[in-house]
Amino acid sequence: MAKVQEQKQQRSFGDKAKNSGMRILFYLLMIITVSYVTLYGALKFILRVVFLPVKYFSVTGYQKVLDFGHSLTKPFSKLVDAFKERFPDMSGMLEESFHGDGDKADSNRVFFYFLFPALFSFLLMVMIPFVLGIYYSLTDFRGIGDPNFIAFENYQDIFGDFRYYYSFYRTALYSILNILAINVVAFSLAVLVTQKLRIKNLMRAGFFMPNLIGGLVLGYIFQFIYSQAVKSIGAWDLIVKVFGEPILQDNMLTSGATNSLIAIIIVVTWQYAGYIMMIYIAAIQNIPQQLVEASKIDGANAFQRLRTITLPLVAQAFTVAMFLTLTTSFKQFDTIFSMTGGGPTGQVPGFFVNLFGLTTRPPVPTLDLMAVNIYNEAFAFSNFGIGQAKAIVFFVILLVISLVQVYYNKRREVEL
Amino acid sequence: MENTKPMVKDNRKKIDIPKILLTLFGLGLLVLFFLPFVLVLINAAKVNRDIIADPLSMPESFGQIFMNIGIILDNSSVRYVQSFFNSLIITTSSLFLIGVTSAMAAWVLVRRKTKMSFFIFMFFLSGMVIPFQVVMIPLVRLLTILGRSTGIGFKDSLHGILLAYMGFGAPLSVFLFHGFIKSVPIDIEEAAIIDGCSKPQVFFKIVLPLLKPIFVTLLVLNGMWIWNDYLLPSLVIGTAGTFQTLPMAVMFLAGSYLRQWDLILTSVLMAAIPAVIAFLFAQKYIIRGMTSGAIK
Repeated sequence: MAKVQEQKQQRSFGDKAKNSGMRILFYLLMIITVSYVTLYGALKFILRVVFLPVKYFSVTGYQKVLDFGHSLTKPFSKLVDAFKERFPDMSGMLEESFHGDGDKADSNRVFFYFLFPALFSFLLMVMIPFVLGIYYSLTDFRGIGDPNFIAFENYQDIFGDFRYYYSFYRTALYSILNILAINVVAFSLAVLVTQKLRIKNLMRAGFFMPNLIGGLVLGYIFQFIYSQAVKSIGAWDLIVKVFGEPILQDNMLTSGATNSLIAIIIVVTWQYAGYIMMIYIAAIQNIPQQLVEASKIDGANAFQRLRTITLPLVAQAFTVAMFLTLTTSFKQFDTIFSMTGGGPTGQVPGFFVNLFGLTTRPPVPTLDLMAVNIYNEAFAFSNFGIGQAKAIVFFVILLVISLVQVYYNKRREVEL
Repeated sequence: MENTKPMVKDNRKKIDIPKILLTLFGLGLLVLFFLPFVLVLINAAKVNRDIIADPLSMPESFGQIFMNIGIILDNSSVRYVQSFFNSLIITTSSLFLIGVTSAMAAWVLVRRKTKMSFFIFMFFLSGMVIPFQVVMIPLVRLLTILGRSTGIGFKDSLHGILLAYMGFGAPLSVFLFHGFIKSVPIDIEEAAIIDGCSKPQVFFKIVLPLLKPIFVTLLVLNGMWIWNDYLLPSLVIGTAGTFQTLPMAVMFLAGSYLRQWDLILTSVLMAAIPAVIAFLFAQKYIIRGMTSGAIK
């Protein structure tokens, strides 16, 4: 009532500016109300549908979720009821549009049956486990018995544990070194292969070859090479001089944090460089040939051409390859799992002692990178709840990476 | 003027020294890249004692490789032949299923332009950012409980793992098909409908053959992934299950013959060779497929 009076007063003043201001306020209020109602109606619906699998595991847990949803909509229950009156019997409409005769119903049926197999398997195998996983990360699930809801205790545990930060630190370190190694090697290979050599096709196929071998099998090959083959060459003295960490029992893979990391990076670079090389080849071949010819006439030597023409023009491919190697580095599992299963035990680096107020430098598995760490936590130690919480954090990190990637790609498209 | 004189082509072969050096360098790199394969090959043809003594020397005779293969084939707990055919069946049938179902889903999602289709497409896309590690724990539990309460055992069964691959392969496949089908002109389909095709016929007779290029790309991408995959089958089938895939067999063998390098390397060789043979035959498609799949 007060609002109406105010409006009348304003109208009598004839102040148009203020009037429109009130109008905007009124519309805003209406938008807020409507979106509030629909939002919470939708929220309740989503909770009901999305958490349906939870019902399967604990009826009380499902009921708790629904109660939570209900408590959100309760203040607006009258508005929600009014909305329901507006849109009656939606299921009946759906029924008719699907089972009736005619083109519309026919195309609806085709739509449904064509979509069903892919959507069903995707829901059952990916989406439902994903939602369940969010729920499990909030429980003390240990593999046997029913999980109990313990809210954010798992997350508190893992964020209070220096071992998890160490795992993250190692993963980040590994990823950065890996990106550098793979991209440098791959780009050099691509430059080499795009020269007009007689054996270029052979080289392309040859460099690509390691990619065909699965990570697990590859792990065994290199476990053999590191533990048996390399020691008979006697190249260790050189490596020790370069990296400064002694190699125990003639095996680079099991001696110390730096050595094992480098050993893994060598393997992954060997495997992955050929693949990334193909991306660079495609980019290099897209460089307009006139540019190269023109620079040749102007007297640029091969190195100058590389620096001023090739490098700037394959910048796009760099971003693509960079993100590709970044995500694969983070997800690295098979190779490390079969080579070391989490790696040699080493000490945490010095700055961790200061950072977390540790009294000693406790031993930690040095190649327990995030993906391996999740697996070990869950299937070796049966801490499924904590393992799942780690997995969710892992997911968030990868999500951020891919969002940044999408952002970059979008921006690039705008620039083009 | 001098320039009007026709240029005499220099027929003598110029010896391009940088090019020769580059070729030599490339050959050296190739040898370096192939060294691990060579090491596997020569050591698979030795007995364990010789490998420990000198892993770099050439074997006395390559006949030993068949002896080693024989030992692995005879081993009843590794079940090598069976694992090979399991891997083959799982890979080929899930490739077929992923291809056809994803193409079907992508087709209806492109051809029906509603908010619903867009939402479902986005839903599929969101699956691309979910790594397997995030869903593996609940997946195992879900499948166990589903099997216990409904009687349809998804764990330790062929249909379970095929369904799993269909689900995990769907996001990328639907995405690639979706992009490709958008470029297929709708006029062809309308013409087919006027000629009396039903909608499913339009898809299977007209659209699906047109999708061949992207289909090949997906065969390569998914095939490499599924053939070499260890984690998913080890969890969905279970390591103590009634059947196993090739990577699981290698894992099992390496676990039971600790440091028996002759047998481990022979099994590694046997696991790697099918992929290498496939590569030799379909090299063009594999390289093109994997590269175009990467640049999404």
